[in-house]
Amino acid sequence: MSSYRLRWMRKRWKFRAFLKRRELRPVILRTGALRPDSLLLFCTLRNERARLPYFLQYYRALGVEHFLFVDNASDDGSRDYLAEQPDTSLWSTNASYRDSRFGMDWINGLLARYGHGRWVLVVDVDEFFIYPFHDTRPLRALTDWLEASGIRSFGTLLLDMYPKGPVSEHPCIEGQNPFEVAKWFDSASYTVSRNPKLKNLWLQGGPRARVFFADRPQDAPALNKIPLVKWHRDYAYVSSTHMLLPRGLNLVYDRAGGEKASGCLLHAKFLATLGDKAREEVARGEHYGASREYLAYHAEAEADLWCKWSERFINWRQLEIMGLMSKGNWA
Amino acid sequence: MNARLGCIMLVHTALERAAQVARFWAEAGSPVVIHVDARVGRDGYKRLVDALKDMPNVRFSRRYRCEWGKWSLVAAMQAAAEDMLRAFPDVTHVYAASGTCLPLRPISELAEWLARHPGTDFIESVSVADVNWTKGGLSEERFTLYFPVAYKRHRWLFDRLVDLQRRLGVRRELPAGIEPHIGSQWWCLTRETMEAILQDPARPMFERYFRRVWIPDESYFQTLARLYSRKIESRSLTLGKFDHQGRPHVFYDDHLQLLRRSGCFVARKIWPGADRLYAHFLTPRASEDPAAEPQPSRIDRHFARATLQRVRGRAGLYMASRFPSKDRENGKTAEPYSVFQGFAEVFEDFEGWLAAVANCRVHGHLFAPHKAEFSGREKVFAGGLSDSASLRDYNPRAFLTNLLWATRGERQCFQLGPADHIGEKHDLLWFMATDSNAQISVITGAWAVPLFRAGGNMDAIRREAAKLQRIETAMLGILRSPWVRARVRTWTLAEFLEDPSEPLHTLFDEIAPHQQARLIRIPELVDLSGFGAFLQELRNRGMQPVLMGDFPNNPAAPGLSIKVK
Repeated sequence: MSSYRLRWMRKRWKFRAFLKRRELRPVILRTGALRPDSLLLFCTLRNERARLPYFLQYYRALGVEHFLFVDNASDDGSRDYLAEQPDTSLWSTNASYRDSRFGMDWINGLLARYGHGRWVLVVDVDEFFIYPFHDTRPLRALTDWLEASGIRSFGTLLLDMYPKGPVSEHPCIEGQNPFEVAKWFDSASYTVSRNPKLKNLWLQGGPRARVFFADRPQDAPALNKIPLVKWHRDYAYVSSTHMLLPRGLNLVYDRAGGEKASGCLLHAKFLATLGDKAREEVARGEHYGASREYLAYHAEAEADLWCKWSERFINWRQLEIMGLMSKGNWA
Repeated sequence: MNARLGCIMLVHTALERAAQVARFWAEAGSPVVIHVDARVGRDGYKRLVDALKDMPNVRFSRRYRCEWGKWSLVAAMQAAAEDMLRAFPDVTHVYAASGTCLPLRPISELAEWLARHPGTDFIESVSVADVNWTKGGLSEERFTLYFPVAYKRHRWLFDRLVDLQRRLGVRRELPAGIEPHIGSQWWCLTRETMEAILQDPARPMFERYFRRVWIPDESYFQTLARLYSRKIESRSLTLGKFDHQGRPHVFYDDHLQLLRRSGCFVARKIWPGADRLYAHFLTPRASEDPAAEPQPSRIDRHFARATLQRVRGRAGLYMASRFPSKDRENGKTAEPYSVFQGFAEVFEDFEGWLAAVANCRVHGHLFAPHKAEFSGREKVFAGGLSDSASLRDYNPRAFLTNLLWATRGERQCFQLGPADHIGEKHDLLWFMATDSNAQISVITGAWAVPLFRAGGNMDAIRREAAKLQRIETAMLGILRSPWVRARVRTWTLAEFLEDPSEPLHTLFDEIAPHQQARLIRIPELVDLSGFGAFLQELRNRGMQPVLMGDFPNNPAAPGLSIKVK
C-alpha cells in the first residue's frame, strides 16, 4: 500500500478525532499543571469503579504523573471518584463507544492536544504495563533510555491472566492486586504474523484462543499492543492500541534476528466481574467486531482457563526468560 | 610521591547530580573545575553556582556551546584544564569526567593508586589503523576528510559531504609528527603531559587541524599524549560500556552490587534518577579494599550478554519484539528434535518403545488431520498448546516453534506422514528441512503398511495409496533439495526391513548419545506376511507402488527373519 494512501488514512483518523472532540464534555481539567516532560496516561472507561483504586495506585507507583480519562456514561460512581483525584483530568461523554471506534477517536483527539512532545501510555483499566526492570527502575528510566536510543514506541504482548477454576468463582475485591487472583498465564501458545500493510506484528493465541476460539482461530483477539509512545500531534492510533500511523511506529520488533526491548500488558480481564460485564456489553452491542468476543465470553462465562501447563506469575524476569518480553540491550 | 587529583567536569544536564558529585570530589580535597555547556540556561547555571558557593576549590571555566562530535568539546576541556593548572599549582593529575560520572571508591584511593603509578598517563589511545570499534564506518577518514557540519543536527548533509569527499578523493595532510590515535574522552593525565600539550608552540597548528576532524574529543588528547607522555597506560580509569550502536550503557539502582564489585574508580553514565547509587557511593564509608585493582571484566560480561541478545536474539523465539525474516533467524528453532516418518507404521508401538529407551518426549503424529497427538494424548501440552487441529493449522510453524521453545531442555520426537497437515505447499516440511536442529528419518512407502493391515475395499485403498505416494514423492523432493540443513536419512521400506537394527542404532546414538547400554531390544515389527502380494494387487489394479523399494512378491518376506534377532 502506498505511503500516500496511508497518509490520507492517517489524516482521516485525525479528522474524525477532531470531529469527535465535540462529544467530550470536560468534567475537571488539571492539565494546567502539566510540565513539558510529564508522563501521561490516557484511558477510556465505563463503569469500572471497583478497579480504579488499584489501577491508579499501580500507575502512580510506576511514575505516571497525570491521568487523562474519558468516562463513557458510567453510572457506578466512577466519574465522581476520578474527579476527586488530584492528578487526573476527566472528560465525559454519553456518545456511542462503537461510533468513536471503541474510544480511539476520543483518545486520538486528547493525544493530539495534550500528548504532543510527551511520553504517553494508553491503556485500558484492566491492562497493567510491565517492562524489564519495572521493579527497580521507574517509568522515566525507560522513557529516558528510549529517548536516548532514538526509539519512539515500545511494544508489548497483551498477556491474558486467569484464575484457577471457573472465572466467576474468583472475585477481586476493590483495591486488591488482581494478579493475586488471576495469577496464571499461558507461556508459549502465541502465534505471530506480520501485517504487510501497516508493518505491525499480529499476535494471537493464549488462553482465549485455546478455550474460546479453537474452531475459528482467525477471529481470536489481537494481543499485540503498543501502549507507550513519544507522541507527536501527527500520530494516530488506528485500531485500539494495536497499531499506529505513521507505520514506522509499529516497528517495535527486530527483523534481523535480534530482540528489541519489549514489555507485557498483564490483562486482568478474567475476574469475577466478567459475567456481569459481558452481559452488559452484549446488551449494548458496543464492543469490537459486533461484540463477537463478548458473545463468546458470555456463552462460556463459567469456563475454566486453567490447565496443568499454566504458569504461575512470579515476576518480569520469569516472563523475560519465557520469551514473552525482552530486555533487548537495556541491561 | 603523592598525587593530588584535580577533576575537570563537563556538565550539560542533571545539574543537581553534577553539583552533588562535584561536592564529593571537592570535599575529598580534589579541586574541581566545572564546564557548563553554554546551552544551559542562566537560571540553571546560577543554581549550580549557588549550590557550590561554599566550596573554595570548585571553579567554573569559560563556557562553550558544545556540540557532539565537534571541536567545541575539546575547547571546553582545554579551557577547564588550563584553569585547573593555573589555579591549583599543586595538582599533579587532571581527571576528565562528565556530570553523569560517579566515583565508586573514595577519591583518596584513586590518588594513592595514581601515586603507585608515578608519571603515568591513563588515556585510552589506540592507533586508528588498528581499531575495530568505531561506529558509523569512519575511522581513518575521521582524520583525512573535512567535517564542517554537525552530525546530529545535519545528518543528511553530513553524509553527502562524506560521499562527495570520498568521490573527489579528498585526503587531508596530517600535521607533521603526529600519528592519529583515538580512545575514550574520559582520561587522567599528569600535569607534565597536560602542560606540554597546552603550552606546545605548535598548539595553534594542531588546533587548526583538529577543528575539522570528526569527534576530536576522542582523538585530540589521545593523539597528542603520544607526543609528550613519558608513559602511557592505554586504558580509561572511568568504567563505561557501549552498546552495539556506540551509545553508552546507563547504570541504574539495580547495578549497585555490580558496580561495587567492579573495583573501578569512576563509572559513567549514571541515570540521574538512580537515588540509591548516588546515596550509596557519595556517602563516605570505610573502604572495602583500598588497594584493589579495577576489574571491569565482570561488568563487561553483563553488558556483552545484553548486546548479544539485542543483536543475535534467542534462537527459536518468535515474539512481540523478535520476528526474524526468513533466513535471518539465527536458528529457526530452539533445540534439536527428531521427526520419524514410517517408523510407527512398521513397528508395534514405536512411540512407547522410544519413550521407554530414550530420555525424551515422544509424540504421535503432531500434525495428524484430526488433532495434534501429543505424548499421552494430552488435550493441552507445554506452554498451553492446544491439540485442536484448527488452532494448529492456523499457523503450523508457530505451533512447532512454540512447542520446541516451551520444552527447552527436553528433546522432542514426533511422527510425520504423507497424510498429515504440513501446510500449503508443504511449508512446514520446508521449514523443518532447512532447520539444522531437525533430524528427519523417513522409511519411504511405509504408509502402505496400515493400508494393507486395515484391509477393506481395494479400490478405495488404491486411490488412497496413489495419493499418499504422490505426496510422499513431493516430500522426498524437498528433503533432497540443495537447501536442506536438517540431518535427513531415508530408506525404502524394503531396505529398512533387511536390517532394521542398524538404522535404529544410528538414530538412537544421535538422540541419546550416552545411553547406548539401554538399547537392549529393538521393537517388534508388525506382521507383514502377505504384504508383497498386497503390493502386487495394487500393481494389478494399475497403480505403480515404487517408494517401498524392491519388495519381493514372495509372501515370506526376508525382512521378517529380523524379528528373531
